[in-house]
Amino acid sequence: MADPPVTAAFPHRHLLGIEGLSPDEITILLDASDAYVELNRQAEKKRDALRGRTVINLFFESSTRTRTSFELAGKRLSADVINMSVGTSSVNKGESLIDTAMTLNAMHPDVLVVRHGESGAVTLLSEKVNCAVINAGDGSHEHPTQALLDALTIRRRLGRLEGLTIAICGDVLHSRVARSNLLLLTTMGARVRVIGPRTLLPADVERYGVEVFHDMKAGLEGCDIVMMLRLQMERMQGNFIPSIREYFQFFGLDYDKLAAAKEDALIMHPGPSNRGVEIDSEVADDFSRSVIREQVEMGVAVRMACLDLLGRNTEELGSRNL
Amino acid sequence: MAHGNWTHAMPDDPLGSVAYVNARLLDPATGLDAMGGVLTEGEKIVAVGPNITREGASLADTIVDCRGQCLAPGLIDIRVQIREPGEEHKGTLESEGRAATAGGVTTYVCLPNTTPVIAEVSEVEFVARRARLLGLSKVYPYGAVTKDLKGVEIAEIGTLAGAGAVAFTDGEKAIADAQVMRRALSYASTFGLLIVQHPEEPGLAAGGVMNEGEIATRLGLPGLPSAAETILVERDLRLLALTGGRLHFAHVSCAEALDAIRKAKAAGLRVTCDTAPPYFALNETSVGDYRTFAKLSPPLRGERDREAVVAALADGTIDVIASDHAPQDEDSKRLPFAQAANGGVGLETLLSVSLELYHNGHLPLLEVVGKLTRAPSELMNLPAGKLSPGEAADIVIFDPDRAWKVDADQLASKSKNSPFDGRPVQGMVIRTVIDGRTVYAVEN
Repeated sequence: MADPPVTAAFPHRHLLGIEGLSPDEITILLDASDAYVELNRQAEKKRDALRGRTVINLFFESSTRTRTSFELAGKRLSADVINMSVGTSSVNKGESLIDTAMTLNAMHPDVLVVRHGESGAVTLLSEKVNCAVINAGDGSHEHPTQALLDALTIRRRLGRLEGLTIAICGDVLHSRVARSNLLLLTTMGARVRVIGPRTLLPADVERYGVEVFHDMKAGLEGCDIVMMLRLQMERMQGNFIPSIREYFQFFGLDYDKLAAAKEDALIMHPGPSNRGVEIDSEVADDFSRSVIREQVEMGVAVRMACLDLLGRNTEELGSRNL
Repeated sequence: MAHGNWTHAMPDDPLGSVAYVNARLLDPATGLDAMGGVLTEGEKIVAVGPNITREGASLADTIVDCRGQCLAPGLIDIRVQIREPGEEHKGTLESEGRAATAGGVTTYVCLPNTTPVIAEVSEVEFVARRARLLGLSKVYPYGAVTKDLKGVEIAEIGTLAGAGAVAFTDGEKAIADAQVMRRALSYASTFGLLIVQHPEEPGLAAGGVMNEGEIATRLGLPGLPSAAETILVERDLRLLALTGGRLHFAHVSCAEALDAIRKAKAAGLRVTCDTAPPYFALNETSVGDYRTFAKLSPPLRGERDREAVVAALADGTIDVIASDHAPQDEDSKRLPFAQAANGGVGLETLLSVSLELYHNGHLPLLEVVGKLTRAPSELMNLPAGKLSPGEAADIVIFDPDRAWKVDADQLASKSKNSPFDGRPVQGMVIRTVIDGRTVYAVEN
């Protein structure tokens, strides 16, 4: 296969979130990703798009899946990829954020891929550097490449996003994946529902233009897609649900609740899933319904597209002054 | 905002008589709003009125032509954090004294949340002595209500009052325990002392970093509901009814809390409150893309609450406007939003932003000035805030219409964390006089 076709240019310097992207811009990213899916299925996966470029994966929060996915994406495009995991245990977390950004900036990277435990930290960092920045997840704010890979998965399976009924279920309050998905899916014309206990839904969530449900069966009624979220115990300050057992009883996805959705509804999860907490093991492993593994595959393609398109924009910056 | 220069006016400087003529005199204490002048002799005002003119006061050693600008008692700011002693890198009595005089503030009351806490006679005296030696604004300290601001044991408030503490507060911390608050109100009433509460229920506020609602949700930030303020206001009003005494709520920011205070006043409780300019001039949208200069305590609220604050200023429910001046250095603010410190500097923008209430037609000019002079003076029983013969010659001269743009980098305050950075404002301090000495002046 030839190199992926040159698609329209992506008119932003950074990818900090889905917020602010137009349907056309999202489509540009998804179309470019589609081409990379095909490339990744071949034996020879390497392309020259980012030869000579440096990508730094800067992770202030532990991650295996997302970091590996970005690393593979960069390497398949021939970029020099460096992984940095910065502990967040030091007292001056934020100070180390700015300091690290300034230090790395001095080494002339072309793209910084950043994950941080605090909402807004990646935006703050992007203001201090000259290169392109991709948000790989900031606090409970956004995780744009996850939303893109979810959209790509759905689009490849069902051929569209517009008009589909999609339920996002569980711990929306703490989830950056949910926020990015709410923005992307509503922007692309899907009908979105959120389902969860009131303690795990953020204030005024209906202002995203979504329907809110507190009963799984009622919310899943007629859905094309069931998107489960991980219960983020590590982000919870205090007691949002009385027990895992009770949570699973009312909000865990099992065949009984799933029966309310369309017969061929697809099941998605951003991973890593807590089996027996938000999703039953059998359901998660049901190949006829679950597309969880496909999501991981799409992730590499989406990140290749993002690196490629943002990398092209950095060409025009010329000699960058510090 | 330093458009002018400071003069190091020291107590030993010889002082003659000065006539400030051709001014629009504004004295909320007497309701005076007329053209005229003020004559000072040494550190005191000796005459005020229409007959103080260039001709009528020709015997004065110095004549200052105010060119029709406003002349009012020097402003009194009852909520200022100084950071000295303990955090001098954020602000000192000198740096914040310069900010105060540039803002027309001639008297301010500082919070006890320094290191050490102002809970001993020696610390009360330290602040008063340091401020006197600097010759800038006059400083009165609050005393702590509870020892080390821990909210457990009541501090020696009777003794501290004797040493010069004008009122009592735990600063940015709420007195959370109902029993401690009851006893504090009850004990303070023994001496007729005022308790000032930071109204925020700590359990409900825990973890919250901005106003709860759609914007916090979209930014992925933990929300802090306005109910946290309302709950503590309502609780304390019941405790006040139980104990008698005098209670003042600092920086009230939401509609429901103001409703509760309005009702309590109507019912005859001895309750007062203030707010700060951010709560009537800004709302939660100022946080924008994680702007930490807009991270305040209490958080900036929604537009409905902002409108309620304006209405409460107009109907008198809110007695006083205070700056809530809280210097924070760059390292405390240049952080991810949730980790950044609360607070904004406000001394230099206090008058200009408050004048928006007048320019926008919500309050008459004399009432705006009253909330910055007469009202705080009466609340804390301070020897300031009047243009009368025999009073200290503490005066601010300002042009209510002159426009300028707030530029945080140009502030005199040691810390630059202004939530109003970049805001165009109308109204500029032209001259600040303390005890008869000009300490700050803009060259006309």
